[in-house]
Amino acid sequence: MNLATLTVHDAGDKLRRREITSLELTDAVFQRIAATDERTHAFLTLDREAALDQARRADARLRAQDDDSPLLGIPIALKDNFLTQGLRTTAASRMLGDFIPPYDATTVQKLRAAGAVIVGKTNLDEFAMGSSVEHSAFFPTRNPWNLDRIPGGSSGGSAAAVAADLCLAALGTDPGGAIRQPAACCGIVGFKPTYGRVSRYGIIAFASSMDQVGPMTKDVRDAALLLQALAGHDPADSTSSIRPVPDYSAKLDSAIEGLRVGVPKEYWVSGMQPEVEKAVHNAIRELQRQGAIVEEISLPHTEYAVAVYYIIATAEASSNLARYDGMRYGYRADAKDLTETYMITRDEAFGAEVKRRILLGTYSLSAGYYDAYYLKAQQVRALVKQDFDQALKRCDVLVTPTAPTTAFRIGEKTLDPLAMYLSDIYTISANLAGLPALSLPCGFDSDAMPIGLQIIGKHFDEATLLRVAHHYEQATEWHKKTPSIEDR
Amino acid sequence: MKLTAEEVRRVAVLARLRLTQEEEAQLTEQLDRILAYMDKLGELDTSNIPPFTHDIESVELREDKITNRPNTEALLANAPDRDGDFFKVPKIIE
Repeated sequence: MNLATLTVHDAGDKLRRREITSLELTDAVFQRIAATDERTHAFLTLDREAALDQARRADARLRAQDDDSPLLGIPIALKDNFLTQGLRTTAASRMLGDFIPPYDATTVQKLRAAGAVIVGKTNLDEFAMGSSVEHSAFFPTRNPWNLDRIPGGSSGGSAAAVAADLCLAALGTDPGGAIRQPAACCGIVGFKPTYGRVSRYGIIAFASSMDQVGPMTKDVRDAALLLQALAGHDPADSTSSIRPVPDYSAKLDSAIEGLRVGVPKEYWVSGMQPEVEKAVHNAIRELQRQGAIVEEISLPHTEYAVAVYYIIATAEASSNLARYDGMRYGYRADAKDLTETYMITRDEAFGAEVKRRILLGTYSLSAGYYDAYYLKAQQVRALVKQDFDQALKRCDVLVTPTAPTTAFRIGEKTLDPLAMYLSDIYTISANLAGLPALSLPCGFDSDAMPIGLQIIGKHFDEATLLRVAHHYEQATEWHKKTPSIEDR
Repeated sequence: MKLTAEEVRRVAVLARLRLTQEEEAQLTEQLDRILAYMDKLGELDTSNIPPFTHDIESVELREDKITNRPNTEALLANAPDRDGDFFKVPKIIE
């Protein structure tokens, strides 16, 4: 068998039983990358020598049997907006084309301490702004299920890498669906935890009030294992929660009988692909069959969520990206004076979508427009959050599609930014409300493209959400299907 | 059209972004469409709704002391221009 196809928990079992070594596992991953990534383009930077070194050190720890970290010796890929000390980190932008971080993100430190092997850095939409990786300044990533389709975005490189077995698991970031939508497009599990559950220190900032780090994995058990390693308070991130971290794997197998599952009636909109609707309805029936109590609920402000999100996210982006002035790090253009240096630097090094969002955000924060756009959006955000608070008083989880359609074709929506924004309709509300949400495979359409099921949980109740996801997954075969890139 | 090219130019200066005339025309058209979509928020009466501010339950402030020793060489290694241990920047005083 090809070791690169293993899940994190299966590989961990084999490592601890000494059936395989981390060096063999890591080597299998790099062989697979060498054989297929010229077609998928999931990675921006590979770190082979360092990874093989980390694998040897993990093998030494395994031989000494001095710890039982489930990530020890496991090859993991990182979205290229996680700072990695000494390893180029670009956010897929020309602005940071040669940037070498002087420190590790807290989550990267945690992975290293757990003995994980860092394979490399995956492609994304520039500064995580996009839903398709077509806005990467370097090249687009292709969907392993069909190389003419987008992998979803912005964590599309991580999703493609997991789906194509170019790593055992990956990390992404999710300000508005950027972990879940690519997970749906590529047929894997993508999990955005509650806002504040995982440190954002050392993540290149985009939409600070909504962004959250999370795992992208081959199954739900792996998502629980990775969240366990990542979660917890970080003194370097004042928005990270001081709540204790529960054991996310302990109750995965407990029955879901009697749990209340809400289905938002506003989510069945026109424009949804009929095969997506059918697959999600089948999934809801499966949860019902296992004893969950399904009821229709209402999230009345759903139709406003996309507008709210794109006002707040772009406002935060315009502020966060003001730091790229060409002075202390990053790209600098030659110009005759300081103001012109700023303006030409930012013109030459930012791509079209980043400029569009900076302008939109600056506009909604500028004098005369603040009340009508930014303040109004924050008020409607309070209403969206209230909707979820009400629904989650009655229900343990909510179940929805992850995206209205399966992965679209490369180039299909690049000329129409608004159409691209509307493809985030089901995922962004969880970010506005700060709730945990996960996408997992629930079927395929007639073009053999994967369909994603989204499960939204209560604040800091990742354990119940994971339990429901695990029970659905184990009753189905979707997560076992893999794309065959060799044939294409 | 709600948004004018002049407003886009004004915002671009605020955001320190140089735009070509072609970009300016295209962005005016695209941003106008996006803003027209945003205007649907006007349908809601929010006069009594306090705006959302943050989602943080409690902030644990740490002691204000240095825990990470700055690595001058690693920091300056990313500088577009340097002079010894200093960042070198364009002249701002005539």
